[in-house]
Amino acid sequence: MTTPATPVIAATGLERRFGSVVALRSVAISVAAGEVVLLAGPNGAGKSTLLRTLAGLARPTRGTVEVQGISLRNRPEGRGAIGFLSHQSFLYDDLTARENLRFAATLHGLASVEARVMDSLNAAGLAPRADARAAVLSHGMRQRLAIARATIHDPAVLLLDEPFSGLDATSVVQLRDGLAAGVARGRAVVCVTHQPADLWQIATRVVLLERGAIVFDTPRQHTLEDFQAACAQSGGA
Amino acid sequence: MNHDPAAIEKIIRRGRIITLAGFIGLLGVYILALGYTPAEKMQGLAFKILYVHAPAAWAMETAFVLVGVVGLLYFWLQDARLDVFAEASASVGMVFGAVLLITGPIWGRTIWGAWWAWDPRLTFTLLLYLMFAGYFALRSALRDPVERARFGAVIGVMGMLLVPFIHLTVYLFRSQHPMPVLGRPPCPPDAPNCAPSLPWVLLKPLLISFAVFTILYIGFVTIRYGIGLKRMMMEERDAG
Amino acid sequence: MLLGTALVIAAKDLRIEWRHRTAFTTAVLFAVLVLLVAVFAHDGATIQLRDLGPSVLWVVLSLSTLVTLNRAFLLERENRALDGILMAPVSATALFWGKWLANLVLVVVVMVVAIPLWMIFFNIEPSLRIFGVGAVALLAAAGFTAPGTLFSAMAVRTRFAELLLPVLLLPFLIPPLFFAAQATTQLLADAPIGELWGWLRLLALYDIAFLALAAMLFPAVMDQ
Repeated sequence: MTTPATPVIAATGLERRFGSVVALRSVAISVAAGEVVLLAGPNGAGKSTLLRTLAGLARPTRGTVEVQGISLRNRPEGRGAIGFLSHQSFLYDDLTARENLRFAATLHGLASVEARVMDSLNAAGLAPRADARAAVLSHGMRQRLAIARATIHDPAVLLLDEPFSGLDATSVVQLRDGLAAGVARGRAVVCVTHQPADLWQIATRVVLLERGAIVFDTPRQHTLEDFQAACAQSGGA
Repeated sequence: MNHDPAAIEKIIRRGRIITLAGFIGLLGVYILALGYTPAEKMQGLAFKILYVHAPAAWAMETAFVLVGVVGLLYFWLQDARLDVFAEASASVGMVFGAVLLITGPIWGRTIWGAWWAWDPRLTFTLLLYLMFAGYFALRSALRDPVERARFGAVIGVMGMLLVPFIHLTVYLFRSQHPMPVLGRPPCPPDAPNCAPSLPWVLLKPLLISFAVFTILYIGFVTIRYGIGLKRMMMEERDAG
Repeated sequence: MLLGTALVIAAKDLRIEWRHRTAFTTAVLFAVLVLLVAVFAHDGATIQLRDLGPSVLWVVLSLSTLVTLNRAFLLERENRALDGILMAPVSATALFWGKWLANLVLVVVVMVVAIPLWMIFFNIEPSLRIFGVGAVALLAAAGFTAPGTLFSAMAVRTRFAELLLPVLLLPFLIPPLFFAAQATTQLLADAPIGELWGWLRLLALYDIAFLALAAMLFPAVMDQ
């Protein structure tokens, strides 16, 4: 287990309960710049809760999350260094693609909002549909717009929850290439997915979560097949 | 949070003892007020309801004020037990509020000739009661106990600020609306100092009753608090 | 910074509302229906419609406010857009002021439509005093949208938002409603302006007290 010098995001002793349900049990994870972490696990393992907690949207019952060395609890503004895409797109269906991005860019206090929005639309291949309402975009386009929204402020760490679901093969490749480009510039990525194959090429590390606890956390050495076998063996999936 | 089940049982047991003492005291108040206290000159027998009504008002107000105070403390200390106490106090407050809302109109019917004469204090009680009904409605719709505690505290604190405004509203409202029927001087049911001065023989049972209702409040809340702790502990044990 | 963020959020809300106008049209329709209910429910033989005027106005305005307030956070629930706002380095206090401002604008717009309708239905003579009624309405709306915004943020976290909000909010609506109805009665009775002051001061006091407290408590509601 390599522990690179300065983690971009680090969590220790995370525990999260919802009443009598324990979603996370003493989870510790730290991710460095340029790492791509594939977070896998059966349904209900706590993957989404872990991502929301890392994003600072869910307060852990116990434990801390630090972003660039600063605790989220003491300084919630630290969320600004995080990009997060959940199952939900965070988009307003009644705003256009451009307006959605503009709103996000303004909230993040970016300097040249319009230029940034234009770049983002171009990168996502959405420039021709910039003035269409989010509601009328195709599923693939909406997903690209949601990712553009999550990365508009060029976050140091990107948290993704099932970004590949419902995308066709071409879109999967586009999305993966886009992620790789960000990683090349030093971004850290944590990605929850049921389809590890989609991310496998660029993943540097694999983490398996089961019943709220981390079962294994290793650099990606073995093949996808070995990984899937390991997941199956640990019994949860 | 680790709670010793035995300690919780002890809390509940202590609550039961206090409550029992309170009920014995209440019986004493009834006997004293009905058997050994002369009838009041102006109001006659109806005055006797005061011995239950006024102390119940005191207990209800204490209960609800504590929900707000504990709410403030919760924002500071974030201790789940504070919310258990707040819920206990609020539910006990509802019980005393119900006593008020039943005895008040009975008294009003006899003295004013109307069940409901928009008496400021009763109207105040009703509005407060409704606010706490909303408090429980919201609580029952939330599943996450942390969220329930936080939202409960928010309503408790907002309610504290609302209290002076309701007070102002009910008094100003009454000054705008003359009473429907007024056979006798409009002396509010729970104002012992409204009459020029209450003779000691009438005042003494009242003071005793205030003490008894305070004991009842403490007893009820202790039991509810113990039960709340137990529930919390069971939830945590289920969580493993 | 705080004001800027609040304005951005309010502008976003109003833009969305402008696009389909659901809350606005529903609230106006609702206001008209409540007006009609009051007219048909009153006993025409004994009570002059005009005497009911101030009471009915405030029944209409408070009920149509309830209809519009849920919108603020229901809108954020779609696609969990609220999380998107919370991910930005934006203070929850700014979010409160933005939401409150959008709510206030919407409530005022509904009032601008409802008040003339009320004048027509209840034969209220147009005069300068109507602007006074408008000012009272603005003052009252500024106040009760404060607990309204706070409570709607809590209510949408449940499955019963539309039911819970009125139950939570109505006790808090009663003081400003009463102050405003009294002020309206005096305005329509051509009472000297001096007699209004007391009611206006109480309304202003309510506004300041509840805006400050609701803004302070709001971050605790956003904290998940």
